[in-house]
Parts: sequence; structure tokens; C-alpha cells
Amino acid sequence: MILPALPILIPLLTIIFLLFNFQRREWQPWIGLTGAMLQLVVSVLLALRVKSQGILVLNTGNWEAPFGITLVVDAFSSIMLVLAGIIAVSVSIYSIDAIDRQRQSFFYFPMVHGLLMGVNGAFVTGDIFNLYVWFEVMLTASFVLITLGGEKKQLNGAIKYVSINLVSSLFFLAGIGLLYGKTGTLNMADLALKLSLADNNVLMNTSAVLFFVAFSIKAAVFPFFFWLPASYHTPPVAITALFAGLLTKVGVYAMIRFYTLFFVQDKLFWHPLFLWIGGFTMVIGVLTAASQYDIRKILSFHIISQIGYMIMGLGIFTVAGIAGAIFYMAHNIIAKTNTFLVAGLINRVTGSYDLKKIGGLYKIRPWLSILFIIPAFGLAGIPPLSGFFGKLILISAGFNAGEYVISFIALAVGLFTLFSMVKIWNEAFWKPRPEGLSPYEGENENLPVSMVIPVVILGLITLTMGLAVKPILEIAMNAAGQLLDPKIYIQAVMGS
Amino acid sequence: MKSYIVQLAAARLLPVTLILSMLVFYRGHNDPGGGFIGGLMASAGFIFYAMAFDTREAEKKLRVSPLMLIVAGLSFAFISTLPSLFAGNPFFTGEWVSLSIPLLGKLKLGTPLLFDFGVYLTVWGVIVTIIFNVMEE
Repeated sequence: MILPALPILIPLLTIIFLLFNFQRREWQPWIGLTGAMLQLVVSVLLALRVKSQGILVLNTGNWEAPFGITLVVDAFSSIMLVLAGIIAVSVSIYSIDAIDRQRQSFFYFPMVHGLLMGVNGAFVTGDIFNLYVWFEVMLTASFVLITLGGEKKQLNGAIKYVSINLVSSLFFLAGIGLLYGKTGTLNMADLALKLSLADNNVLMNTSAVLFFVAFSIKAAVFPFFFWLPASYHTPPVAITALFAGLLTKVGVYAMIRFYTLFFVQDKLFWHPLFLWIGGFTMVIGVLTAASQYDIRKILSFHIISQIGYMIMGLGIFTVAGIAGAIFYMAHNIIAKTNTFLVAGLINRVTGSYDLKKIGGLYKIRPWLSILFIIPAFGLAGIPPLSGFFGKLILISAGFNAGEYVISFIALAVGLFTLFSMVKIWNEAFWKPRPEGLSPYEGENENLPVSMVIPVVILGLITLTMGLAVKPILEIAMNAAGQLLDPKIYIQAVMGS
Repeated sequence: MKSYIVQLAAARLLPVTLILSMLVFYRGHNDPGGGFIGGLMASAGFIFYAMAFDTREAEKKLRVSPLMLIVAGLSFAFISTLPSLFAGNPFFTGEWVSLSIPLLGKLKLGTPLLFDFGVYLTVWGVIVTIIFNVMEE
């Protein structure tokens, strides 16, 4: 029974191979890609195993559940692992040509796999301190990735990114310390058990608030989102795509895990708070995006806005709501990464991300415009793409739960998202090229195949998720059902 | 600034620190010590050497590149997880063997020691890399 540990071990092995062949730069992308593919295969195997056998538990080192570090893969974790695998593979393929030689020979791929190791570790662990460690692994790798290359604007963005994330780690650690002091356990299942039996749960709210702030910063939720648009547009677009797909979602994952598994006693306080925060996050993100003219900045602000939907799903707290959040997260990870990758393609052709300096792309690259439309309109929620169903599930769950205000906000925000996506479409593809500009740098070059393949794959996934809603929704419902019944999780880890 | 006295001391102290670091590393499982501290001590010897001569000399003395130390360390840590699989125990279980060696007495070897040796090498490699880079600036 090593399967639950493999999502951590495979990136580790990949790092070892990458570092061992450090001198052979031309091997690096291929080793990285092989590692990413293995990771995807293992995640799919895990997901199938979880589907047939229920929650998988691995007590590492043969230490029984509350004492050792337990790795737990339930339906929700396995979904996230598969998504991380998909993103790993697509970004690895994209990086072959998109990342310059110099960055590649300065530990780009080892760091990507370090990040993936942290992300996967966060998804499989069943121990809150171990979760903190994986967050740190992930952040350390991301610190290197965001500064890799050392351009001035990168360092400028990185300072904000690093400092705010360190603060968030501090909150996280303080929360763990308080919780451990009160309950004497770090195991998530054991915590859930102890907190469900304790009477004075008001005391737990201190640590719950600390965790909330920590995860809010990681997930870029209102009012802690400001670091994200300040830093995400600075590194090369492949790195941004990786961050956009995975980092904030790990924060959301942790939030959903904590507030469905053990901070469930004080519903009257938390759920309205989640709804408010979700609403603000959506609105602020989408409104600030509307005023931007850099493609990457528009997309960065949209990350924030879409995190709001996931928080909204958590706030609704019905099976449909959580399932909506999971479905939306799956859709968003795929589509968001894809839009960034397409932005990289646009930059490859035109040499710019600034909407004012580009135009007329539809004329010279009609296929590129289709590749853009799929994820962008997916994000905006145009049927039959995946975003439409994500929003539909969430909003109908909201109406069914009687949360009318947030549901209307979600509807309105969808319109604004459409506005932003149509704006990129109009400015970059449709409007004639601005006059008085020299021809584009890459106008006559073909786009590298390795940069187009991942965009096509992710686009197809967005389409499939829209066309095959039912089976995917069933998977999400199943995961949500597991999440909302903590007894299943506790029983799997702690025995009877 | 190159001082002959410091150079002589650094060259003589290097083997001593390495042996000491191995001792500290070995007693680590049940007593204070272990791979992390051992690794720090080992790198301290080389850092002193680099201060007395320069980083290039120290790198020559190290023979392998610090990166390879890290690779070896990570590999040892990884390999230490494998015996538990062959023994049919859950992943990462500590597996021990006792060897009785003449003169030394009973020697207890196990996967935690191997893992710790991985830590030792990794810490050594990382610290040396960082400090050498900073010194070269």
C-alpha cells in the first residue's frame, strides 16, 4: 500500500533525476515531462481506486492514526490530484519551448516539480502540521520560480508575493499551535472527532479565524487578494499559468477541507461570512479586471473573482453547493491555466501583452482565436462550455438553499466576466491593428507545436466537461457527499 | 587577506570536523545530534576552508560538486523508504538490522539511519552551495 504516497514520491524522484542530469540541459524538459506524466497516471489510478474502495488511508512509518502522519485520499483529494496532474503535464509540454534556455538550465524543472510535490502533498495529507509543511514546500518552490531570471519587475512582484505569503504561513502556524494546545492532536480525523465531542467550541474560533486568514491569503480572497495581481503578471507566462492553476486552489482546498471536516460547530457565524466574503471577492475581482489593459492582469484579477464562486459554494454548504464548488474548481483550474497559456501564444506572435498595442490577430491567426475563445468563454460561462454548468450548479444550489442575494451577485458577476473576455477578444483579435506600429515580431514564424498542444488538450477538456456534465457532476456530488459527512472520513482514518 | 596560520588551521581542522560530524550524525537517533546537525558541522569545516583559501580551493577539496551531494542525499532519503515495501510493512516503516562487529560491539543499522544520512548529505550540499555562492558575490 504505497499508492497514496506516490503523488509525493514521483515528483521527488523526478527532482533527483533532474538534478543528476543538471549538466544536460536538453534532457531537462523531457525528464520533467516524464515525471509529470507518471504523476498524472498515478493520480488517475488513485482516483479509480478511491472510487471502487472508498477512502484510502496510509499510516506512514506504521504509526497508528492519531500519532503518526496519516496520508488520506478521499474523493475530493483524488479529484484535485488528477487536476494537478493534468496541469503538470500541460505546463511541462508548454515549457519545452516557452521557457528560455537560461531559466531551464537554472533549475526551472526541478522547481516546478518541487511545487508539484508540495501541491500533491497538501492534497494527500491528513495531518494539519504536515499540511503546513507541504504549503511551505510549495511556497519555497514558488518563491524561486517567481524570481527565476531575476528581472527587475519580477523582483518587484516577488517581494510582495513572498512577504505576504510568509505572513500567511505565520497565521497558519499560530492557528495550528493554538489548536494543538487545546486538543492535543494534529491528525485531522482525530481533531474532527475531538471537536465534535467537546462542549466549549467557542474556544476553537480563535484558531478557526487564524486558519481562515491564512487560507484566505493563499487563496487570494477579499480582502487579502492584493498580492496576486501585483505579482502574477511578472514571471514568464508558463510559470504564471502553473501558479494560476494550482496555488490559489490549494488554499481553497484547505479551506473546504477544514470547514467541512472539523470547524463545523459554529455554522451560524461561518456560513454567512463565507457568503459575504465570496460575494465581495467575486465583485471586486471582476470590477478591477474591467479597468485593466494588460492581458495577464485582466486574467489575474479574474482568478480572484472566480475564487469567490468556490467560497460561495462552501458558504451554501449543501451537497449541491459543495459539489458546485468542486466542479467549478475543476473547470477553473483547467480553463484558467489555458487562458494564460493562450496569452503566452498571443505574446509569442505579437511580442506584447498590452491590449492597446495589439490587434487584428483574427486575420493572421484565425486558429489562435478559436483556441482563445474556448477557455475564455468557458470562464465567462457561455453554454455549452464547462463554466456555464459550474455557475448553473452553484447558482441553482444557492436558490435552493434560499441564498438569493449571493445567487444574483453570482449571475451579475458572470456578465461582467463575459465583458472582460469579450474585451480581450475585441482588442486582441477583432479590432484592426493599431496604426503606426511595426509588424509583429513573430508574425511570420510558426508557433512551436509544443506550445499549441497543451492549449488544445486543455481546450478539449473544457469542451468535454461541458458536454459530459452528468458523469463529472456525479463525481463531484460523490466527493461533496463524503465531505459533508465527516463520519466517513473519521471512520476511515481512526477505525470504528 | 590570506593568513598562513589560518590556512594551516583550516587544512588540519577539516578532517577533524568531518569525523566529528559523522560521530554527531551517528549518535543522533537516540541522543542529541543527527543528520541535520552533522550536515551543518560538515559544511562548517568547508566554509572555514573556503574562508582561509577561497571558494574554488574549497570546491576542489570537496571533489564532488555540492549539487551532487544534494542529489545523493535525496537519493538516500528515497532509498530508505524502499525496504519497508519489501518487508510488507506500511510505507516508511523503520526497518532495523543488528550486526555484531568485533571491537565495535553491537551495531544497529536501519532505514532511519539511512534517511538521516540523506539529510546529512542534503544539508551539507545545500549549505555549502548557499555559502559559496554568497562568498563569490
